[in-house]
Amino acid sequence: MTRPRTLYEKIWDAHVVEQRPDATCLIFIDRHLVHEVTSPQAFAGLRASGRTVRRPDLTIAVPDHNVPTTPRLDAAGNKLPIADPESAAQLAALEKNAPEFGIRYIDATAPEQGIVHVVGPEQGFSLPGTTIVCGDSHTACHGGIGALAFGIGTSEVEHVLATQTLLLQPSKTMEVRVEGEVGPGVSAKDIILHITGVIGAAGGTGHVIEYTGSAIRALSVEGRLTVSNMAIEGGARAGLIAPDETTFAYLKGRPYAPKGADWDAAVAYWKSLATDPGATYDKSVVIDAADIAPSVTWGTSPEDVVPITGVVPAPESFADPSKQAAAAKSLAYMGLEPGTRMQDVPVENIFIGSCTNSRIEDLRAAAAVIKGRHKADNVKWAIVVPGSGLVKAQAEAEGLDRIFTDAGLEWREPGCSACLAMNPDKVPAGERCASTSNRNFVGRQGPGARTHLVSPAMAAAAAVTGKLTDVRELMA
Amino acid sequence: MTPLDKVEGRAIPFGLKNVDTDVIIPAHWLKTTTREGMGRGAFESLRADPDNLFDSADFKGAPILIAGDNFGCGSSREHAAWALGDLGIRVVIAPSYSDIFSGNAVKNGILPVVLPQSAIDRLMEVATTDPVFVDLEHQTVTTQYQDRFSFEIDPFRKMCLLEGLDEISLTEKSDAAIGAYEAKLDADRPWMRPAA
Repeated sequence: MTRPRTLYEKIWDAHVVEQRPDATCLIFIDRHLVHEVTSPQAFAGLRASGRTVRRPDLTIAVPDHNVPTTPRLDAAGNKLPIADPESAAQLAALEKNAPEFGIRYIDATAPEQGIVHVVGPEQGFSLPGTTIVCGDSHTACHGGIGALAFGIGTSEVEHVLATQTLLLQPSKTMEVRVEGEVGPGVSAKDIILHITGVIGAAGGTGHVIEYTGSAIRALSVEGRLTVSNMAIEGGARAGLIAPDETTFAYLKGRPYAPKGADWDAAVAYWKSLATDPGATYDKSVVIDAADIAPSVTWGTSPEDVVPITGVVPAPESFADPSKQAAAAKSLAYMGLEPGTRMQDVPVENIFIGSCTNSRIEDLRAAAAVIKGRHKADNVKWAIVVPGSGLVKAQAEAEGLDRIFTDAGLEWREPGCSACLAMNPDKVPAGERCASTSNRNFVGRQGPGARTHLVSPAMAAAAAVTGKLTDVRELMA
Repeated sequence: MTPLDKVEGRAIPFGLKNVDTDVIIPAHWLKTTTREGMGRGAFESLRADPDNLFDSADFKGAPILIAGDNFGCGSSREHAAWALGDLGIRVVIAPSYSDIFSGNAVKNGILPVVLPQSAIDRLMEVATTDPVFVDLEHQTVTTQYQDRFSFEIDPFRKMCLLEGLDEISLTEKSDAAIGAYEAKLDADRPWMRPAA
């Protein structure tokens, strides 16, 4: 009889090409997603060494980080130029590199274009039980459908392009079990913010986290992608959620997903991947879903999480001296005083989007709060950025775009947008943003920008009141 | 990649924990198609302060950086390693690193040394006035005083750093094994190929 194995161990074992004398393994990579920011130097490396892409059929390229979220075509349907010459050059490089190396390329003006981590699952390119890499740390996202997915650096992008493998050491395993039912107004984003607050920004370092428990199983695929997306904010290179009927129903019929008899064979295989009874993890954390409130960050690390009903903590309240110092620095940057009620913090900017929260369910949740209301006068800038052209079309078919624009929010074209200050969507220095993105780092949304991470419904609530708000008060 | 064995010199007593790669190199510096010149953007927000450590007379061009827990967390951007390298940094010493950063560092000839916080505290003290010595072959960090800290490193990473190895050339020697894996995958799970 074989030893009981976790989901992670099963996927790892199925991808070992060679084991080296030490624990290092050559691991086969099933899917490679490429975007414009972390790939130019990798393609240049291939060109310089005369190498080709080993498996262009397993690779998709799509621009997302740099693309402006303003219209990309003029009234006559001609492509509009990108004003920033550096952004334009990166996009041009991808547009040239992809066909030169035989890789599928989704153009910025194609209806399927979007954030790479939205596009992968949406196209059925990302599948359970596969290994997926991308030169982007939020590749962890695809763990939501049960893929072992992680971010890589540009040297590794080049390595995968050339060999379709990576040299890796097995990670340790960590289970984060969320049991019970979450209360009203509590979304997948609140679950992962709460988890990050509990385990800390380095809590999962060296580990792959498997999210289990009834509160995780109850999530839609969109919600699971949100949770796994932020595994990296807890230090884990990858997150995993066991594929189940919810996953299969989501993937069936998607363009790159298996069809017919292949589909049945695939589902049978995917069902065999769940962690065996009796398998053990190197580390386990159990969280009661009832303890999770709509959550918000106060500082500059994603571990700086409090319930919206809470207050800004005092640096002295932390036991660890280095955390005390970090908290004091964070509060100075954020312009917050200890003891301030989170609900009294005004916000001038609202960003609904990013690979964490730009799927149709996210837009529906935000629209449900906004509907029939209007943004507050002190909110200067409020944008809604769908994760892909297909999400955008779906939202428009449901009339969500009108709900946002009637409320005074801007409806944009798909892309990474204000998550990372690489394109024109930035938060001005010294101003606050209630943001559905994943990182509240110093300068992340623009130099001096102050980010409060929240769920889509909470961002919508903040847009309506002009301050951080408990969305439950608007749900009555 | 430049081989790395012994590194000695001033060590920047930086010490902060959870230093993310957005702090090491902000996103607007990523809008490039080359690896060069990233040092100008390294730690940009901190170096806006004219009294910052990195540009001080003592530490400008120092080959060693001492940091706190979870160094290099956040974005996978290898530009962070390129930026450190361009600043002249060959060794980082910290209690822990993000998994992605430590991999990127090694691939760019930068040694991520892991030492316990107590050792970091001592080195931070020495570094303010004196040089630090790092020996990869013998896996030690020493000072001109009695300090001698041993560190662990994965043997494969050690070899790559010592010899300045190109990992792709190494993997290409496994070409037949990769081909065999692909053939078996096509036979066992043909549906794994993208359908469209």
